[in-house]
Amino acid sequence: MSILVNKDTKVIVQGFTGKEGSFHAEQCLDYGTNIVGGVTPNKGGQEHLGKPVFNTVKEAVDTTGATVSMIFVPPAFVADAVMEAADAGIELAVIITEGAPVRDMMYAKQYATKHNMKTIGPNCPGIITAEECKIGIMPGMIFKKGNVGLISKSGTLTYEGANQVVKEGYGITTAVGIGGDPIIGLSYKQILPMFEADPETEAIVMIGEIGGDLEIQAAKLIKEQITKPVVAFIAGQTAPKGKRMGHAGAIISGSAGTAKEKMEALEAAGVKVVVSPAEIGKAVAEVLAKK
Amino acid sequence: MNIHEYQAKQIFAKYGVPTPKGKIAHTVEEAVENAKELGGPIWVVKAQIHAGGRGLGGGVKLAKSLDEVRELADEILGMTLITHQTGPEGKLVQKVYIEDGADIQDELYLSVVLDRAAEMPIIMASTEGGMDIETVAEKTPEKIIKVQVDPSIGFQGFHGRELVFGLGITDKVQQKNMIDFAKKLYTLYMENDAEMIEINPLIRTGEGEFIALDGKMGFDDSALGRHPDIEAMRDLSEEDPDEREAGKYGLSYIALDGEIGCMVNGAGLAMGTMDTINYMGGTPANFLDVGGSANAETVAKGFEIILKNPNVKAIFVNIFGGIVRCDRIANGILEATKLVDVHVPVIVRLDGTNAPEAAEILKNANIKNVIPATDLADGAAKAVAAAKGEL
Repeated sequence: MSILVNKDTKVIVQGFTGKEGSFHAEQCLDYGTNIVGGVTPNKGGQEHLGKPVFNTVKEAVDTTGATVSMIFVPPAFVADAVMEAADAGIELAVIITEGAPVRDMMYAKQYATKHNMKTIGPNCPGIITAEECKIGIMPGMIFKKGNVGLISKSGTLTYEGANQVVKEGYGITTAVGIGGDPIIGLSYKQILPMFEADPETEAIVMIGEIGGDLEIQAAKLIKEQITKPVVAFIAGQTAPKGKRMGHAGAIISGSAGTAKEKMEALEAAGVKVVVSPAEIGKAVAEVLAKK
Repeated sequence: MNIHEYQAKQIFAKYGVPTPKGKIAHTVEEAVENAKELGGPIWVVKAQIHAGGRGLGGGVKLAKSLDEVRELADEILGMTLITHQTGPEGKLVQKVYIEDGADIQDELYLSVVLDRAAEMPIIMASTEGGMDIETVAEKTPEKIIKVQVDPSIGFQGFHGRELVFGLGITDKVQQKNMIDFAKKLYTLYMENDAEMIEINPLIRTGEGEFIALDGKMGFDDSALGRHPDIEAMRDLSEEDPDEREAGKYGLSYIALDGEIGCMVNGAGLAMGTMDTINYMGGTPANFLDVGGSANAETVAKGFEIILKNPNVKAIFVNIFGGIVRCDRIANGILEATKLVDVHVPVIVRLDGTNAPEAAEILKNANIKNVIPATDLADGAAKAVAAAKGEL
């Protein structure tokens, strides 16, 4: 078992024939992801990486029965691509692109929600179910199959965390990089219950960072609903204040967004919080040994 | 990207948001000319820097004659203004805004920001204008009115009514003025891809008009491409020169006050590396994310920028390759040692895509000062020891 995606998931790629899209689609195919085609306007009818290219997502979905789309289009076209996917009946869009304007994502996410399409990202490494399905840009070889679920705002900390879990002799069920933008799709709040319900996942690693209050919301939810052990790391304990955060922005979430505040909330919810990402692996081994 | 008060007011004026009349000056003479044109009889001389708290720091002063304008412009231009937002080093004032004095009956607060939890803009208003809004939020949160505006319907009448009744505005003309003001502000927030707009204070005049006495705006960097007029307002002198130089090469750099230079891929791991150094008893000298397209040139540039900082006693290169391939970083390190005099120990941890090839490249090159590390903990420990001269 796993969450959201597995070896049978039919995936299309929006921005299939572009440089980034091609490079990473090929890596995903090598990993074993069931990519059934891609979309690039005006290249419909061609073949790319041995898969059919379509002009529109609708056409791709009608022909292939794809349910998931991996989006690699340039930042200015992300919102359009997300809305096209939602309109065509895609169930999950994984948005890798970095630098999509926040206003665009406001509209795109609303539209996706209205059409019951889940989104992951933007500005994220994607999602991987170990040894079955990689939809994103992560180095696949470090994700060995196992019993630990992973959720992270940061790409490279996802790799770091997974690598340590594997070095301790465990492995990953599914790892989700949720992205570091102000507006993102699925977050801790939605993904934690999925891991709770997944029979193969026995422990969860959650990696957060300064800014916003998603980790605080997660702490509340963990306290109420999650029985599986959770290990957490919050990046930015030594980050200078106010570098990206506007003055007025800071008051939205109260006194908010510091690593300290998030770590305390998670600890109070019974989470094993580590001070350095170098401790993630050991902490996972510890909580799993206790079970 | 942030802009100056006078630039924010130019945008306000374009949308019909009332502001006092004013003109920007770079010299004392220009300031006096501006004051003459505005006519007086009172003027405000305001330092233009990208930081709040200018009034308390002595950067905003009232003049009652042209001589006073001259005196104050002379005093403020060229001063290093220190406020709670500039840090102890302060900021050099290179421009002053000369503005008509206003008839202030009372001071309000109004801002538009993104509510990240609701994923839509939120308008915040308060009767406690002119004060530090974070203090108001902490001590008297009931005095802050928050109105979320769903962009799919835009600013409606009820949003306006929630605002004016929340602010206790009973006069019907004033109600209309305030609703009109807030609606224009919301429109300009959305149309310009602003990240935040803050007006503190927004004043009510004796005649019951509302005027933006101050104006602060920040924009979504990702959207600047479609707003060349706003991009043109960028004031490079307000930005840290090293951060800017790094940005040209796709590097994200922020200087800190520690001893261990960091070069990392990914913002999360970059922060995690700083946290780990701190945890092991060292101090990070910077945040540096080499991004997803690092190559020999950008890595060499990263070394150059890190080494400009005289406090740096060791460098920790911590790369977990996903998009960034480790062999590229290894080549970058080789290149950097040819271009830059790397006079401190460099601890290198390369893991992920093409890590074995990278290890081979570094081994064959056999550069002095380059110390390999096996993982994050090992690398951080070695960097801390090296900075203390114990390696």
